[in-house]
Amino acid sequence: MMNYNELTCHELKEMIDNQEITSEEIINSVFDRIDEVESKINAYISLFRDSALEVAKEIDKRIKRGETVGKLAGIPIAVKDVISTKGMPTTCGSKMLENYIPPFDATVITRIKEEGGIVIGKTNMDEFAMGSSTENSFFGCSRNPWALDRVPGGSSGGSAAALAADETVLALGSDTGGSVRCPASFCSVVGLKPTYGLVSRYGLVAYANSLEQIGPMTKDVTDCALLLSVISGNDPHDGTSAPFRKKNYMNALVDDIKGIKLGVPVEFFGEGTEKSVEKCVWDAIHKLEDLGASYHEVSMPHIVYSIPTYYIIAMSEASSNLARFDGVRYGYRAEKSGADWNEVFGITRQKGFGTEVKRRIILGTFALSAGYYDKYYLKALKIRTLIKQDFENALSKNLALIAPTMPTLPFKIGEKIENPLSMYMCDIDTVPINLAGLPSISIPCGFVNNLPVGMQIIGRLFDEETILRIAYTYEQNTSHHKEKPKI
Amino acid sequence: MAKYKTISQEQIEHVAWLARIELTENEKRVFTGQLNEILDYFKKIDEIDTSKIKPTFHVIDLVNVMREDKVVPSLSRKDALKNTPQKEDSYIKAPKIL
Amino acid sequence: MATYPFPQVKRLASIQKATPLEKFEIKIGLEIHIQLTALNTKLFCGCSADYRGKAPNTFVCPVCLGLPGSLPVLNKRAVDLAIMVALALNSQISSRTVFYRKNYFYVDMPKNFQISQYDKAGGVPLSIGGWVDFEVNGTVKRVRIRRLQLEEDPARLHYPGTIDSSPYTLVDYNRAGIALLEIVTEPDITSADEARLFLQKLRSIVEHLGVSNGDLQGSMRCDANISLQGGKRVEIKNISSFREVKRALQYEIIRQKQLLRRGSVVKQETRHWDDNRRITISLRTKETESDYRYFPEPDLVPVEISEDWIKELQSKMPELPDARKTRLVKEYGIPEYDAGVLTGSKALADFFEECCQLYSDAKKISNWIMTDLTRYLKELGIEISEAKIRPKHLTDMLKLIDKGEISGKIAKTVLSKMVRSGESPKRIIQKEKLIKISSKEQIQTVVDKVFEEFPKAVQDAKTDQNAINYLVGQVMHKTRGRADPEITNKLIREKLAKYSTR
Repeated sequence: MMNYNELTCHELKEMIDNQEITSEEIINSVFDRIDEVESKINAYISLFRDSALEVAKEIDKRIKRGETVGKLAGIPIAVKDVISTKGMPTTCGSKMLENYIPPFDATVITRIKEEGGIVIGKTNMDEFAMGSSTENSFFGCSRNPWALDRVPGGSSGGSAAALAADETVLALGSDTGGSVRCPASFCSVVGLKPTYGLVSRYGLVAYANSLEQIGPMTKDVTDCALLLSVISGNDPHDGTSAPFRKKNYMNALVDDIKGIKLGVPVEFFGEGTEKSVEKCVWDAIHKLEDLGASYHEVSMPHIVYSIPTYYIIAMSEASSNLARFDGVRYGYRAEKSGADWNEVFGITRQKGFGTEVKRRIILGTFALSAGYYDKYYLKALKIRTLIKQDFENALSKNLALIAPTMPTLPFKIGEKIENPLSMYMCDIDTVPINLAGLPSISIPCGFVNNLPVGMQIIGRLFDEETILRIAYTYEQNTSHHKEKPKI
Repeated sequence: MAKYKTISQEQIEHVAWLARIELTENEKRVFTGQLNEILDYFKKIDEIDTSKIKPTFHVIDLVNVMREDKVVPSLSRKDALKNTPQKEDSYIKAPKIL
Repeated sequence: MATYPFPQVKRLASIQKATPLEKFEIKIGLEIHIQLTALNTKLFCGCSADYRGKAPNTFVCPVCLGLPGSLPVLNKRAVDLAIMVALALNSQISSRTVFYRKNYFYVDMPKNFQISQYDKAGGVPLSIGGWVDFEVNGTVKRVRIRRLQLEEDPARLHYPGTIDSSPYTLVDYNRAGIALLEIVTEPDITSADEARLFLQKLRSIVEHLGVSNGDLQGSMRCDANISLQGGKRVEIKNISSFREVKRALQYEIIRQKQLLRRGSVVKQETRHWDDNRRITISLRTKETESDYRYFPEPDLVPVEISEDWIKELQSKMPELPDARKTRLVKEYGIPEYDAGVLTGSKALADFFEECCQLYSDAKKISNWIMTDLTRYLKELGIEISEAKIRPKHLTDMLKLIDKGEISGKIAKTVLSKMVRSGESPKRIIQKEKLIKISSKEQIQTVVDKVFEEFPKAVQDAKTDQNAINYLVGQVMHKTRGRADPEITNKLIREKLAKYSTR
């Protein structure tokens, strides 16, 4: 029997449509793999084998009857546990929501289900999406399939690890400051952060509303385009959702980048970036040149302020978004007899939240509080304008920008967790893009000592087509994406 | 360690109160060190003059996103209260006020 | 009437009577919250806004329950209604308005922040400035408006017992997310009575616009800020209806005066109005504005209000109370004073005009409404819209008086019953047998009886007018007021004349 779990969605789709295989076989293949390696990887918080098989059998029946089925019909998808799934646990990697079961589906889930996609489980993540390693999860850290003593990246570490270990075919993550791209880079998979507003946030448990997007995480660029086509498009439930109808991003998959001008922002290289990572990305840039593109160095002078700007904005918004967790309507509630609401709230939030979450809430509250609003929050929003302008300038002369996704190779578990600031510095190449709201895709571009390196392709607002095209072209002419880890 | 404190332990305790998180004594101590280190790094933003710059509140230029005044079905009471830790007679039970 | 089971309140009430009111300079500002009850749905979600009397937590959704991952989407009609109120209050409508988060924790908050608006830190509320003119003791008083803004209502809390003794709190989120229009005044109000009159005018305006119905429980609420003698500001919250405002302010004014007379200092604080015990109690020290950590709501984009949008609404504006007052004088020829009283409430003015469609003497209608009808409503403690009487009932009654079937005196009784029962005057007259007795024979029989029973009065009546009135009164008493007074008088005089010729 072939290991269907190792294939891509578009490969499997063809076989399903031709009735060469059934969805049930695919689901079983994936769950067999999960049984085999999950204890080593810890990619999942919840698994839904029975309900997945039920849906699979239903789809198989319909296909047999000759009915038209959706673009994702029968394909298993792993969903980051920050995205609401009706009737299925949605924990956000936190004790606070350990037993929370939403009564509604996120819009992206509704759309996936409409196309026949099958949610097989919820993946591990840094608590409330706050982190770059998945070490902040209440459910323990996930492991990088390429090296089990290293982090898979975060906060969508579970989704990336599941893909790399072939414990799923498709996955969803969310990206506030790099949380899709970072684990994609560390696990050698594809991760795309869409333009802000392209994909509905309805059902995404908010960390930082003005910065985040749900993004597809896949084994290759074709799958990425396919999944993006399904989940994107205007949603009346999301008041910040862009007024575009759904596009078919499959049309962007053209193996041709001749004449495309690429910008290489100098500030993303040099000090703070590991030499081996730099070399890998430069090799990729030269490959793109070989394929017909040209590159030009550009300067983005305000990028150097990205980390404080991002964190001030994100933590401020988070402090407000997470205020709702008080144990009254849902979630964890601490007990203390005779206590009034202030005390109960105080203890519930002390026990229900992990350390990093508490840190960020405190900092965010501080940044918005009396006398500090102008100095921190407002100031950060002004620098955001400057960073946005830097990108506009760089992208006015170039169709896309190329940069490393991460400044380092995947680091060891425990290496940075004691020093919050050192962890924040990991986001240096990803947060500027969230600040500007631009689309960016991370694709595998090589290995150093068997550890993955990812390359970021950053596009203009709502120009996912270009970055998909460049990514596709690179992928068609290389074979990094075909590598699999030995677990 | 930070050269001087941007935020004192007292301030952290006040902010924790605003955020309704009852920090343990250990947390207060450790956070004071860590948060000062982080805020020290954040001081970087003071380097740049933004007096003539407008803040960006929304990255994309949308206005007037509104909906019609049309009723849609609400959640069933069962679904609404499904995750509620404490309830009484279909009310949600919260701690006392005073 | 109200009973005062608590000694402290009784004491304060008696002090009020005993001590003459000294000249304490009083400054009152009001923060009014009006539910936009004309809306079908809530402010940020499609749940029905018709939650009154429904089972708890049955009109909720992920958005108004604050479930993680939910997002608000603005109700366009709420903005329409708010613009109309701004126009009626002469307030300057912002060309671009945004929503802000007001961050604070409380048991009635689904998200522990309220989506509201703000007028500092770059925030622009729906409208700024404006005024309301209303009459106080015959002169026109103006109260300036500071701003208007849209915001969401929190949930409703219930306590077994009172707020300070209850072991837990019961929360019903049906009301959470209902659209509120917040109207903030400048501290131009100088007495509890002025506050009442101001709110009455405001309610009439808002009801004439058709944006809110003050009859609905909790639809119009008020917080008050009050300071005496330039002292610290005390905020009074939880005044659940406009009717309670005068009482709450009166209590608080007395409380503060007490403190000042004793040489104590009035603390700056927030106090909670307990409408059962009718006292204010200290709840928490007033959180300074900055502690609300206001910042722009990232989930809602700005609203740009164009000139065209405003013009369209302006062209469809209903008639406002002041304009209606002028028209009533012109159209029905009633005095300005009457028109003013009638337009004090939309329901009352509507009642009047409907009556005028059915009966031509507008002044008569106006008189009956302003005197007896108003009195009966007050006795029952209800508003015209809660009473069962219909305009046709009143006009039918007036027609019966015209025809002579009942006297004016009887009519008052009939009116009092109509207010309560909603029955037609004909039915009431039949039931209670109130028809005027105009038959000479019938009255004669009664007159004869009265003459027999009261010989002394008959004797006195020869010279004393009072005795004649007494005899008339007795006839009235025996006929339960139904005897035609003129005929009665005539017959009595005739009979007396006969006596004197004996």
